[in-house]
Amino acid sequence: MRARVATTVGGAAATVSRLAGKGDGSVIGGVISLRLAPDLLSMLAAGRQVVLVTGTNGKTTTTKLITAALAPLGGEIASNIYGANMEAGLTSALTRAPDARVAVLETDEKYIPAMVRATRPKVVVLLNLSRDQMDRAAEIWLLARRWREALGNAPDCRVVANADDPLVAWAAGSARQVTWVAAGQRWREDSWCCPNCGAHLQRARYDGGAIGRAPGGTGGRPTGGPQRDGDDWSCKECGGRRPPVSWMLYEDEVIDPTGRATRLDLALPGRANRSNAVIALAVAEAFGVHAGQALRELRQVTSVAGRYTQVSRRGCDVRLLLAKNPAGWLEALDVIAPPPAPVLLAVNAQGPDGRDTSWLWDVDFRRLRGRNVLVGGERRLDLAVRLEADEVAFRLVNDIDEAIEAARAVAPNLEVLANYTAFQQYRVALGRVQ
Amino acid sequence: MSTTRPLRLTWVYPDLLSTYGDRGNVLVLERRARLRGLQVEIVEVNSDQPVPRDGDIYLMGGGEDLPQTLATRRLLADGGLHEAAGRGAVVFAVCAGYQMLGAEFGGADDAAVQGLGLLDIRSGRGRQRAVGELVADVDPRLNVAQLTGFENHQGVTRLGPNARPLARTTLGIGNGDGTEGAYQGRVLGTYLHGPALVRNPGLADLLLYWATGPLPPLPSQSEELAMQLRAERLAAVAR
Repeated sequence: MRARVATTVGGAAATVSRLAGKGDGSVIGGVISLRLAPDLLSMLAAGRQVVLVTGTNGKTTTTKLITAALAPLGGEIASNIYGANMEAGLTSALTRAPDARVAVLETDEKYIPAMVRATRPKVVVLLNLSRDQMDRAAEIWLLARRWREALGNAPDCRVVANADDPLVAWAAGSARQVTWVAAGQRWREDSWCCPNCGAHLQRARYDGGAIGRAPGGTGGRPTGGPQRDGDDWSCKECGGRRPPVSWMLYEDEVIDPTGRATRLDLALPGRANRSNAVIALAVAEAFGVHAGQALRELRQVTSVAGRYTQVSRRGCDVRLLLAKNPAGWLEALDVIAPPPAPVLLAVNAQGPDGRDTSWLWDVDFRRLRGRNVLVGGERRLDLAVRLEADEVAFRLVNDIDEAIEAARAVAPNLEVLANYTAFQQYRVALGRVQ
Repeated sequence: MSTTRPLRLTWVYPDLLSTYGDRGNVLVLERRARLRGLQVEIVEVNSDQPVPRDGDIYLMGGGEDLPQTLATRRLLADGGLHEAAGRGAVVFAVCAGYQMLGAEFGGADDAAVQGLGLLDIRSGRGRQRAVGELVADVDPRLNVAQLTGFENHQGVTRLGPNARPLARTTLGIGNGDGTEGAYQGRVLGTYLHGPALVRNPGLADLLLYWATGPLPPLPSQSEELAMQLRAERLAAVAR
């Protein structure tokens, strides 16, 4: 009863918030409901199969992919698709879907211990862990330790974790049941050293041919199969090493636990999204959804909250990419279309972006040398000085229209890479693209 | 410095001490040296490698508690940085690296950890984290313009008689007693974190001057963006 009153009042507030144009209402509704019943989230989660999705990058996209992959189960799935990923956002997502038996919930990294206690999840997904908005986020070794403690105290929970990220692997190592996924790691600047003892890690070629192969056998596939450079990390000092995996991303293919390789053929671009998709397949397996069925659903996902969307403005195809931190920018720079497409880079430093732009110096921009680069956002001077140091020529622009004008002169399309509030500003300027 | 040998920028332990844009300091020094016609060699030394003795400028970045303690232990055992500093090499450290240079600092659970002893300072843990923009007037002897940058730490630092404060804060926390950073001979540290030299090209030039002697001025257009950024950030916090 208390839960129903709290969620009804909260739901009314959410509606008011939406009507007032203040947002999508997911946070205010949750906040009010929680005031009325602090243990509301536990009550709402009881009896449901909950998946918590966390990591520095890819939370929103992976949450959407897992939700898609679980569609073959039938029935409604509760999810915080608008990215409200703290306690109020999770509460609101469950409130809005009272009959959903399954919930896939994006969860802020810091909130994992509390949310694991409150929702008693069936699955916790750990994607990656890297430096992010250091002025307000916790330091990452500290975060990893908190995850490790929380998962060690949740014996019924299955963890689906990226074995290629040493910090993630260490954090997941305390869990009773883990599905290890070789989801890859493009950004390594936060994992040169062993999270357990601090020694410099060794990195060797990893042989993915071992998946699905009994000791001595070949699992029906030729030996000398997929190999990746440097992913097989190990520690000389304490003996910690990358755990053996049951799923692997190899170039454009997923290798499943039987050792079979299947092309992913996603609509979403980039290595990071292929990595997210393989994680989603591993979660689907935990729910008994067959990989082939789940993959068909994943291929239907084309855009996530305006990200990757292409819009046409005055004959120019504009594509919006969001990246919030060095690891995200590294992956996003891999995704942008080749020349002659101009690239608009935009950075703000409002609260949600982190007020400290130091991270720009962790991104290697040299690969943009010789390209047509435009620079925008409220902190475009920070970006300009950064590009100058990397000897990348650029032009400063005041807004998206000026960038589109500049782009139209040289190419039919414009690639936009922006951090959080800069991305939202452009999205609004382009008419709230979905 | 002889003209045949490049200026050696030695980045100490980027695998342990590189939290947020610390590479920026290496890149700024490199650029400002090259613009003056100096040859530059960048040496990145990981924590499983010996620290070369023959560097000209040694750089140390920020780090969390455990990496900071491990890095200090290894540098004490290695001895390379001490040998270089002993023969007059320049050492520039930010944030956790700055604390490491002192006699001691607060490690995990605020237990005192023995530092490198290259700078007469002692650090411990403060009650509150200092996060935000910092502005400070630099010791007039150094002839460097006002410091501007971002700090993000929980340290409190007290200077002994052999170290001088780098600057006096007008905004932000710094050492916690109205001063910010410290220097002693050619060893200099600051609580500005990450790419501290980006908005403080004068400080970068001081380090280059210590390492190589008098510097020719830069063509003004090569400084234009950095100066604009400095002015914009100083104006933003003055509002």
